[in-house]
Amino acid sequence: MAFAFVPRSVSGALASADDAPAAPPEGHVRATERRLQAAATAVAAVPLVLLVVAWLRFQGTGAFELVEAVAWIPTLGVGYRVGVDGLSLPLAAMTALIFVVSIAYPVDLRGRPLPYFALMLFLEGVSLGLFLALDLFLFFVFWDVSLVGMYFLIGAWGHGDAQRSALKFFIYTFAGSLPLLLAILGLYLAADPRTFDLADLGRQQPLAGGGLYATLVFLGFFIGFAVKTPLVPFHTWLPPAHVDAPAPASAVLAGVLLKMGTYGFVRVMLTLMPDTFARFAFPLALLAVVAIVYGALVALAQSNLKRLIAYTSVNHMGYVILGVAAAGAGFGSAEARAIALVGATTEMVAHGLITGALFLISGSMLLRGGTYELDAYGGLAARARFLTGLTVVAAFASLGLPGLAGFVAEFQVFAGTLSVYPWLAGVSLLGIVVTAALFLRMLQKLFLGPLPERWKAFPDLGPAEIGALGALLVLVIAIGVAPAWLLNMIDSFAGPLVGRP
Amino acid sequence: MVADVIPEIVLVVGSVVVLLYALAAPRRLQAGAALLALATAALATVATLAMLGGPEYLTFADTYARDGTAVWGKLIVLAGTVGAIGLSVPWFESDHRHGEYYALLLLSALGAVFLAGATDLKQFVMAMMLSSATGFVLAAYHRRSSPASEAAIKYYLVGAFTSASMLIGVAYLFGLAGSTTLSGLTRGLPTGGLALATGAALVILAVTFKIGALPAHAWVPDVAQGAPAPVAAFVTSIPKVGGLIFLARLVLALPTESVEWRPLVAVLAAATMTLGNLAALWQNDVRRLLGWSAVSQIGYGLMAVVALERSALAVPSLLFFLLAYVVGNVAAFGVVVELRGRTALGEFTGLARARAWLAGALAVSFLSFIGVPPLVGFVAKLLLFGATIEAGYTWLAALAVVNTVVSIFYYARVLGPVYFGPLAGPVPVLGRWAAVATLACAAALVLVGIVAEPFYLAFTRAGLLGG
Repeated sequence: MAFAFVPRSVSGALASADDAPAAPPEGHVRATERRLQAAATAVAAVPLVLLVVAWLRFQGTGAFELVEAVAWIPTLGVGYRVGVDGLSLPLAAMTALIFVVSIAYPVDLRGRPLPYFALMLFLEGVSLGLFLALDLFLFFVFWDVSLVGMYFLIGAWGHGDAQRSALKFFIYTFAGSLPLLLAILGLYLAADPRTFDLADLGRQQPLAGGGLYATLVFLGFFIGFAVKTPLVPFHTWLPPAHVDAPAPASAVLAGVLLKMGTYGFVRVMLTLMPDTFARFAFPLALLAVVAIVYGALVALAQSNLKRLIAYTSVNHMGYVILGVAAAGAGFGSAEARAIALVGATTEMVAHGLITGALFLISGSMLLRGGTYELDAYGGLAARARFLTGLTVVAAFASLGLPGLAGFVAEFQVFAGTLSVYPWLAGVSLLGIVVTAALFLRMLQKLFLGPLPERWKAFPDLGPAEIGALGALLVLVIAIGVAPAWLLNMIDSFAGPLVGRP
Repeated sequence: MVADVIPEIVLVVGSVVVLLYALAAPRRLQAGAALLALATAALATVATLAMLGGPEYLTFADTYARDGTAVWGKLIVLAGTVGAIGLSVPWFESDHRHGEYYALLLLSALGAVFLAGATDLKQFVMAMMLSSATGFVLAAYHRRSSPASEAAIKYYLVGAFTSASMLIGVAYLFGLAGSTTLSGLTRGLPTGGLALATGAALVILAVTFKIGALPAHAWVPDVAQGAPAPVAAFVTSIPKVGGLIFLARLVLALPTESVEWRPLVAVLAAATMTLGNLAALWQNDVRRLLGWSAVSQIGYGLMAVVALERSALAVPSLLFFLLAYVVGNVAAFGVVVELRGRTALGEFTGLARARAWLAGALAVSFLSFIGVPPLVGFVAKLLLFGATIEAGYTWLAALAVVNTVVSIFYYARVLGPVYFGPLAGPVPVLGRWAAVATLACAAALVLVGIVAEPFYLAFTRAGLLGG
């Protein structure tokens, strides 16, 4: 078990028999893995290119654009309907980028590269499908299948108690998905004519009347999306899954899969049942504030790098939900609520990029140092310049330093929430303070102070790692410095949704 | 009239031919019986397919239904039987006189087919007996295996008790209504009284034996574990098709105002799925685990019966469930057969490294049982949940959700080691026949799930005649 943390290049001689039965020369294996990785990266880049094309063709009309619809189970009102609006396009583009970067990132493949890359590509297709789906049935199909893909990634390429973490992840999130399924069914049964078409359901507003039935459906959606987000107290699956997953899978899990939950809050709950949402907006905002403060405090107490990043995700997802709750509160100026919603959506994108980068960095630390314990490191700034520089940028972006993407997002969330729930906005500012403290502490423990003897040969990041992290962080800076291109895109859907004239 | 039962006639004639062939053929040609049985099943399938979309009516003096549900039930039975024959060929190869096994298999399938169409209590008794008696023999086919004998004895005992209850119950209902046809029951049954409740309860009890639901479920895990693996695949799934369809017809014939069958079936469903799941949790024998999972699955299927007449989704959900259940069950047991009957949980560790396709088939069947899209099991569960909610039994749907979450645990207890564990040793397999049957079933679970529209359309048009 002790060797589980040793990188493959080192542990090759120690590899057990079942890993590589015929034991080909190590160099040959590495070359094969590299070729596979290059091919998988190329395949992963195709959707990214297509989404850039879609972005250039996007008009910003407020309705779904570039829609493709094919009948699937027409008798049941199910169709393969996909398309984009100002909410899904940025998330889909962010998803594609994170997958390209994560697939290209070096990782210990345990001698099984082919299924690893196949699963990553499968997950990319599923995640994009979820954000592009305009049909609740299709949405749920992608939703559930993503769990299966991640289950195998954690279980087979994870470390520590990977099997247990994978199982916990699967059971917990699947348990969340079933209330979601019941809620989707409830909405479907209430619609007339019955359909799973999101645009059609949006027009119909089948549960506008409210009542117990609508509340139950709302509750089902809430549990489903809150588990995935994860919102306190539904977050307990997240730390073990993150810590034991391989770093690229963690990046995907935090960067992409968590967004499925927050995306559901906006796409389904806010859009399809705005009246019920308004009734529950305040408790939701309250829960978001709890998540913000709790996530930050628990993250502060962590000594394990990956667990620390995992808990900051709980904190950041709290900002998103706070913004969404403010946007759906049903009172306050439409202008402010639009700002809150734009902020929440921007936070989804920003968090994906930033936390994706942070988790990938933690993977690099593991490959080099063999542990996530912060206390084991120190003084690395002297040895590893690129690692230090990129980590500092990512950490500052995560704690919300102006000029970086996180600030743009959080500023708008707070600005919007302030006019709806001023007290809650005030309390949640605490989260920013604590986050700043914990990231500074993390940077200090990793990079400052004297360099321990055993890290005298600590290697800096390689070109693949620098390229991957660079791609993410350049975008983080771009959004921080000149956010208009992203904000206008998001505003094209957020404005009409909150009824801003 | 005779044209209405061509598939049944094909099965009767086919099983006699197989039997005669088995008696006459030398030992080395016994496997030819399997080919004859396959041909019989294929011919019966063709004859049944010709009935698809035809007119729906009761025939043979209202004792037999020729409706969409019966036709689809037959097709599911026949498809499952073809799968079971595929699994049996390599398994029984070493058995010198196994030709008549296939005759029994066909007769047992015939019993299930009869059950699916029965709209008369005498017809029901006959079909139950045919299906049960052959089932007992099939379960005990390995005469020298003590687990098989034990399973068969348990199967037989539970069957004997419930047969008695069936006969008494049938006598009650006949006595009360003055008729044995279901339409006669609808007209003739009194609207209340202890006798009616007793008669109905006794007959329903007999059906719970056939479908392996509470309280007559106890044989399922034993047969799944002890019977020859291909027989386990067959007996724990195929007769249930007929049983569940007959139960649907029967409850519709009962006067709703006095016999509270909807809550009764709902409670049976709830108890069956919950007990099956809890019992499956800690099984270390994969076949026994599959047996308990089969019990819990039937609990989900009973939800469709609860929703009858209250939701348009009831009949389609019943048929989708039966399809998903039979195909998934044959696929899961098929993996056990192909692995030469290896059944201890520990022996499945690392299977994915040595036999990726088999591991994949196992994963697909389990994920379909759980209800992961886009597999057939998902469509079935979606429709079942929808039907139950629409029928006003939201609590049952919620309980089914909780049960589904619990079930992930024991399915993952098998799949986890299969995919994440190291391989301990070589994995010998049985042969091509079983592999083809297993993989075909797994492929069907994926394909029918994705191309669900034609099936759903046909299932919504399928009528359910009876009362």
